[in-house]
Amino acid sequence: MNTVVLVKQVPDSGAERSLRSDDNTVDRASANNVINEMDEYAIEEALRLQEAHGGEVTILTMGPEQAGESIRKALSMGPNGAVHIVDEALRGSCALGTSKVLATALGTLNADLILCGAESTDGRVQVMPHLIAERLGIAALTGARKLDVDGATLTIERQTDEGYEVVTATTPAVVSVWDTINEPRYPSFKGIMAAKKKPVRLMTLADLGLAADEVGAAGATSAVLEHSRRPERAAGVKVTDEGEGGVKLVEYLAAEKFV
Amino acid sequence: MAEVLVVVEASSATGVKKVTLELLTHARTLGEPVAVVLGGPGAAAPLVDKLAEFGATKIYAAESAEIDGHLVAPKASVLAQLVRQAQPAAVLVAATQEGKEIAARLAVKLDNGLLTDAVAIAADGTATQVAFAGSTVVTSKVTKGLPLVALRPNSVTPTPAPASPQVEQVSVELAGSDTLAKVTERVAEQKGSRPELSEASVVVSGGRGVGNAENFALVEELADLLGGAVGASRAAVDSGYYPHQFQVGQTGKTVSPQLYLALGISGAIQHRAGMQTSKTIVAVNKDAEAPIFDLADFGVVGDLFKIVPQAAEEIRKRK
Ligand SMILES: Cc1cc2nc3c(=O)[nH]c(=O)nc-3n(C[C@H](O)[C@H](O)[C@H](O)COP(=O)(O)OP(=O)(O)OC[C@H]3O[C@@H](n4cnc5c(N)ncnc54)[C@H](O)[C@@H]3O)c2cc1C
Ligand SMILES: Nc1ncnc2c1ncn2[C@@H]1O[C@H](COP(=O)(O)O)[C@@H](O)[C@H]1O
Repeated sequence: MNTVVLVKQVPDSGAERSLRSDDNTVDRASANNVINEMDEYAIEEALRLQEAHGGEVTILTMGPEQAGESIRKALSMGPNGAVHIVDEALRGSCALGTSKVLATALGTLNADLILCGAESTDGRVQVMPHLIAERLGIAALTGARKLDVDGATLTIERQTDEGYEVVTATTPAVVSVWDTINEPRYPSFKGIMAAKKKPVRLMTLADLGLAADEVGAAGATSAVLEHSRRPERAAGVKVTDEGEGGVKLVEYLAAEKFV
Repeated sequence: MAEVLVVVEASSATGVKKVTLELLTHARTLGEPVAVVLGGPGAAAPLVDKLAEFGATKIYAAESAEIDGHLVAPKASVLAQLVRQAQPAAVLVAATQEGKEIAARLAVKLDNGLLTDAVAIAADGTATQVAFAGSTVVTSKVTKGLPLVALRPNSVTPTPAPASPQVEQVSVELAGSDTLAKVTERVAEQKGSRPELSEASVVVSGGRGVGNAENFALVEELADLLGGAVGASRAAVDSGYYPHQFQVGQTGKTVSPQLYLALGISGAIQHRAGMQTSKTIVAVNKDAEAPIFDLADFGVVGDLFKIVPQAAEEIRKRK
């Protein structure tokens, strides 16, 4: 079974993040960029399936040149190789544009299984798996907390507000995973060394047969009109408990009409 | 006035979800609110009264076992047919997993832009979104096709506007690629009478400071006294104190209640991402320097094991 894992590089969610003032895109230059955390769980799941069923694991990333660092990091966990789509014309792509590029690339990669994170920490859009599945005409099993593979049959368990549901499809399919599915491994020293020599194929829009105006800012289907920093929340009253803390808390809640 | 399609979310236990009533409220500023029920046979009938009360001037009902038995693809297919036929001014969905997934497929089918996680929408379809852990406010617009917008729960107070809608049955014609992801089992987990986390107007959350799973009873008790939902930080979830579906933050639920009470939570940026837009924030933490106090309207520095039982007692006294 051949698996492609979609990996996105994002600004570290633990640090300050912002949009650029010139073109309203995510400021990646000033941010500390990392692998989207959920994608590490997708990589881990792919490696576990490879251990059980064989086949190749390939990383697929669309992103600027510096995303190459995240790709090496992903490869150090164990995948066989990567495809990195990088092209100046991709800057400013909307989710639809990104899905077009990723789906076109996937069309050339012959994957039985496409694994991705359930959402990215920068956009939080949660739409990529379905955008891609819709374009490829294949199933999307989203938000998996458990994935079983039996031949060509995929079965996932996903959390819902009411409880959970079990969903099944046959390959090829897209499966997105939550961080409840496994515990990603740390790259070993050997893995880090090996990653340096693993093949990373760079592809441009031309390689994919896509025109520059179909994607990027030129082909975007939505636009940011304005952005601003939200006013910081001001700290309010802080009291120290000297035996009456609980009562004071309730007095505040009562004054605000919550009690 | 042109129709504004609102995709209805409902649960079998509690009927139309609050977020749908919020969408109907938003829809009035854009045109004529029309509800779209996508579900199994008989799905629409029990929802009609509520949808009417909140201003649906018409209800499209697409009912089929195929819709109920698969993930969102059939819903998106039917909705796409409906959009082509009704030529609405806009399509609004809830910014829930299901709502966003329907919107994603619809966007591809119609080659239409989409905006997710909006907190407001203007008459011209311009949406306001909050990005990066609530630190950045963005206004955006769909520039290709009609406004297709996913709005977060609690973005507006739903207000009634009684209407008397006709229910119009929509035929369900599906393609083979719509029925690839089959739901084989739905397991309901007991969850008592607490409100849905993302829709609750009061949320009481516990963090690592709660110490263990048994102690979460304290958090639950306070939540119940305030009629609220229970939430948890990731550290509490990872330590096994509370189930994952109650996690608030970057990789959990985004909540925006009237009152958010944080107990033994330090206030890491990823936690704030999920609760920063709450109206009033109250925190209890024994560390006076905990970052949660920077955004709390009211904070108590001290031991939650003393403060919370005392607060619960005080609320009971006042009732
Ligand atoms: C990519 C990514 C995504 C993440 N997503 C999320 C997310 O969705 N949600 C989330 O919450 N976190 C998330 N995190 C984790 C986040 O960074 C923090 O680690 C986490 O929020 C800490 O939880 P906590 O505040 O409960 O624990 P801690 O930071 O350990 O804080 C515990 C607090 O309890 C206080 N305390 C202890 N005992 C008592 C007592 N008896 N009385 C009163 N106070 C007491 C302590 O003073 C301390 O401030 C994410 C991290 C990453 C990297
Ligand atoms: N530019 C990208 N390159 C590779 N994978 C991506 C990209 N954007 C999104 N993804 C994948 O899609 C998932 C969901 O992302 P999103 O829809 O942006 O929340 C991520 O966890 C990634 O696995």
